[in-house]
Amino acid sequence: MQSDLSQPIQAMNVPVAQHQEVIDLRRRRRAGESLIHGFLFLSGVLSVFTTVGIVLVLLSQALAFFRRPEVSLFDFLTKTTWQPAIGEFGIFPLVNATLLTSFIAVIVALPLGLMIAIYLSEYASAPARRIIKPVLEMLAGVPTVVYGFFALTFVTAILRALLGSDRVEIFNVGSAGLVIGILILPLVASMSEDALHAVPGALREAAFGLGATRLETTLRIVLPAALSGISAAFIVAISRAVGETMIVAIAAGAGPRNFKSWADAVTGFKFLNPFTAAETMTGHMVRISGGDLSYDSIDYDSIFAIGLTLFVMTLALNIASRWAVRRFREEY
Amino acid sequence: MRDRVSQVPGYPDEKQFQGFIRRRRRRGAMWRTLFLIATSVGIVVLSALLLNILDDSFGYVAVKNEIEPAALLATYAPKRLPMERGGADYQILRELSRDVQVQILRDHLSQGLIRRLESEQPLDQRSQEELGDLIIERVVEPHFLASWSLFDSVFHRARIKAEVAEMDGASLRFYSWLNPKFVVSPQSSHPEFAGIRTAILGSLWVVAITILFSLPVGVAAAIYLEEYGQKGRLNDLIETNINNLAGVPSIIYGLLGLAIFVRALQPLTGGSLFGIGDATTNNGRTIISAGLTLGLLILPIIIINAREAIRAVPQGIRQASYGLGATRWQTVWHHVLPNAMPGILTGSILAISRAFGETAPLVVIGASAFIIRDPDGPFSKFTTMTIQIYQWTARPQAEFRHLAAAGIIVLLALLLGLNATAIWLRNRYQRSY
Amino acid sequence: MPDILTLPRPSAPSISANGERYAITAENLNVYYGAFQAVRDINLKIERQKITALIGPSGCGKSTVLRSFNRMNDLIPVARTEGRVMFHGKNIYDADVDPVEVRRRVGMVFQKPNPFPKSIYENVAWGARINGYRGDLDALVEQSLRQAALWDEVKDKLHQSGYSLSGGQQQRLCIARAIAVQPEIILMDEPASALDPIATLRIEELMRELRKEYTIIVVTHNMQQAARVSDYTAFFTVDEHRTGYLAEYGPTTELFTNPRQKITEDYITGRFG
Ligand SMILES: Nc1ncnc2c1ncn2[C@@H]1O[C@H](COP(=O)(O)OP(=O)(O)OP(=O)(O)O)[C@@H](O)[C@H]1O
Ligand SMILES: [Mg+2]
Repeated sequence: MQSDLSQPIQAMNVPVAQHQEVIDLRRRRRAGESLIHGFLFLSGVLSVFTTVGIVLVLLSQALAFFRRPEVSLFDFLTKTTWQPAIGEFGIFPLVNATLLTSFIAVIVALPLGLMIAIYLSEYASAPARRIIKPVLEMLAGVPTVVYGFFALTFVTAILRALLGSDRVEIFNVGSAGLVIGILILPLVASMSEDALHAVPGALREAAFGLGATRLETTLRIVLPAALSGISAAFIVAISRAVGETMIVAIAAGAGPRNFKSWADAVTGFKFLNPFTAAETMTGHMVRISGGDLSYDSIDYDSIFAIGLTLFVMTLALNIASRWAVRRFREEY
Repeated sequence: MRDRVSQVPGYPDEKQFQGFIRRRRRRGAMWRTLFLIATSVGIVVLSALLLNILDDSFGYVAVKNEIEPAALLATYAPKRLPMERGGADYQILRELSRDVQVQILRDHLSQGLIRRLESEQPLDQRSQEELGDLIIERVVEPHFLASWSLFDSVFHRARIKAEVAEMDGASLRFYSWLNPKFVVSPQSSHPEFAGIRTAILGSLWVVAITILFSLPVGVAAAIYLEEYGQKGRLNDLIETNINNLAGVPSIIYGLLGLAIFVRALQPLTGGSLFGIGDATTNNGRTIISAGLTLGLLILPIIIINAREAIRAVPQGIRQASYGLGATRWQTVWHHVLPNAMPGILTGSILAISRAFGETAPLVVIGASAFIIRDPDGPFSKFTTMTIQIYQWTARPQAEFRHLAAAGIIVLLALLLGLNATAIWLRNRYQRSY
Repeated sequence: MPDILTLPRPSAPSISANGERYAITAENLNVYYGAFQAVRDINLKIERQKITALIGPSGCGKSTVLRSFNRMNDLIPVARTEGRVMFHGKNIYDADVDPVEVRRRVGMVFQKPNPFPKSIYENVAWGARINGYRGDLDALVEQSLRQAALWDEVKDKLHQSGYSLSGGQQQRLCIARAIAVQPEIILMDEPASALDPIATLRIEELMRELRKEYTIIVVTHNMQQAARVSDYTAFFTVDEHRTGYLAEYGPTTELFTNPRQKITEDYITGRFG
């Protein structure tokens, strides 16, 4: 940079140009500028390469997985057992556990988070909000491994004490799901609060001026006006829950909950049982890669096939979130 | 003309309205209570999270020593024999004269072990402190037979005492799992001596690489998007893409890192290309792979934050700079960046604390389960605080759970420090244009 | 401070059916924002079915007084009110008074048009609905929009967003919204200040029309507007502590042609404020 700046200073030592002398105003090639421009451009497109990299890596390894003689895409999608040791690769048990933990999390976190947001934005005093809001934001930054510890050492213990240790296994989907809910709670509350807070006060005044109570103002004017932001918060939270890894790796179980058949899965709603262990997609990926994974093993390829499934799911949620923001945006 | 509303057809009359408004009020109060309860539940649950960690970090342990310190003192330094027994015994061992300490070690340790220790560092060149620790670790050899949480230690004291009385040769001590030795000791398979030092250093190394990679690249990308790129298809593509990347689960980045940095770039990241490293690290599961993976992971966050900071710099400043004949880069370097810097740093610090807290992608690219040696460069094997906590949590024995809790406190303290720095920065350099 | 209201007035007071002459009165009203006293000792009796204009320099507390007539100040955490505001023989600041009740009877139109992000129809119907209206909603909406002189412009797009209207139309929509609840009094805080002259004129016409049924209190910065539309004018100003007080109050024609106070004269002739 220094050299660029010194240029005009040198120029000043040159005798002042005569009137007749032609000044060159043409575009000059500045080597430094171009170099910098190049670097900036590369940095900008690196993110595109990252995406391309992710997609290529997932696709190519997943393809390698499905090319293997013991695997078929059809079985992958329709079988109800994931047991690499005997060559059974049905994704259902893993996806089922992911959906189950996410569902429990969402049931806990969305209503609770939204109510907290409403309380903070519409009811709490300004000092209370000033304290609680940053605390929420900080809690949203607590590493997930800490929440995993909490799930295993506290929530599981409580569940077992309350419901009986014969019903609730040490590793179980329920406590992992609950704690994922707790993990995304600050996220939901904080993002929803932002959305509610952004609703102009004039709308609230108008409602109050018509004789509305605070509840009516909140639920029927402010909430609909903030729907765009709140729905985005919800979808981001769901996406976090689906992709959450450490909590389930620690607390949900160390093996897929397999079913002999679809009939077996649905009898007595076994696939929905929250008190037994099950391995989610992410949990399985972590456990399999935890050991020294050799590159040409089927296990190595399989985690990329699972990763691709997960990627597609979260990508769909991301796109849905952007759609929701646009769909529910109200101008005011 | 008493009341308009009661006159207007369609509206409830005065009496009806009284009841109507009471119902609305009741409903309002009910929901208000509900919202308050929800908030309280949230606060209680999140406090439980923190209390649970504290609960596991302190508490009674039942200790059994191979050789009681008192017995050692009786033989080697009868004068120092304390009046009462307790934790002070250990400290006295560290305060004995070096001759006595070396004597104790020579008397109790095998020839082979002595030779190994001497070759690391001659015994009589070691400090009192170190020798004392060696005695405790190798001669006294305390074992934790059992351990209790803080809650149990406070509320079930009698029961614990009775239990320990049953144990042969065990004594009860109140123990803080979080202690200075925990922070400076390397990993160990004995919970009595295990520490988090290697993991802390590992985390610092990994995150250093992450910062070196993602900060310049992220800020450069933000500058490109805000100051250089023309509004158009390419910019839109990059923007959508960055938003999508921010929502990709971290474990997917682990897969990317595994396939690219660990496997494809193995000669580079394993260090064999530079003639560094050995068979255990040439597989590419190294600090640099981990750092780059996390770098890609936090890149979108850094870009998004930096763009916001750059956008907040008023247009007038740029115009003034161009008006003086500055080039685009001069404008960026001399005016835009300095003004945006506090915002960029604040956002980056938050992204960096995210990097400190990541676990899953590191497991996937192959963090080492057990390292005792400090990492000594980007091509070493790696572990991090989060990996360490994860492994301790996954062990069934209660003692490791306590270690995990202590490790969590160290990690959270570090993150809290980073967050506080970010807030301080934001307040310190808050600009009013 | 002399009670100018006790002075004999020229115009015959309009006395309502049950003998009440005033729609709402402020008695010794003091409003504070935290430690700062915004207005002091306001005594103001608002005549029924008349338009009363509140004028005065910026920051003298016109909005503050206006908002204290339907307890909108309750929504500002630091605001505190002393004194009484009598409405139907009851002090609306009594502990047992529900502000929601008050606001239903004392409606408000704000400076900036603030329609809800809902359809035009919903904007008008909403207030009626929450207040338990059981009659024909369509008819009420139409009637309110007609009264607000907006019906012809929107009757074909009732289900479009309230934000699809122009600023002036939005403000009339807000007036229609207030009317639909059938209040006794409508408070208007500079209702035309965000509008162009034509739209302003329409709002003024509308106010004169509404006077037949409603009591209107309007804050305005526009001297001509006050002179044009109002029956009574209250002039506020500030003392050395920046606290606002009522300097003069009387029939508009009188106040503008023959002000009693020097400061009023200075203000209306533009030598001040
Ligand atoms: N929410 C508030 N918090 C603190 N002080 C306030 C608040 N609202 C108004 N004030 C103060 O009270 C005084 C009166 O304000 P008010 O808005 O009533 O004035 P106004 O006469 O309506 O002025 P304008 O003509 O500019 O609208 C002012 O000094 C103002 O700064
Ligand atoms: Mg005002």
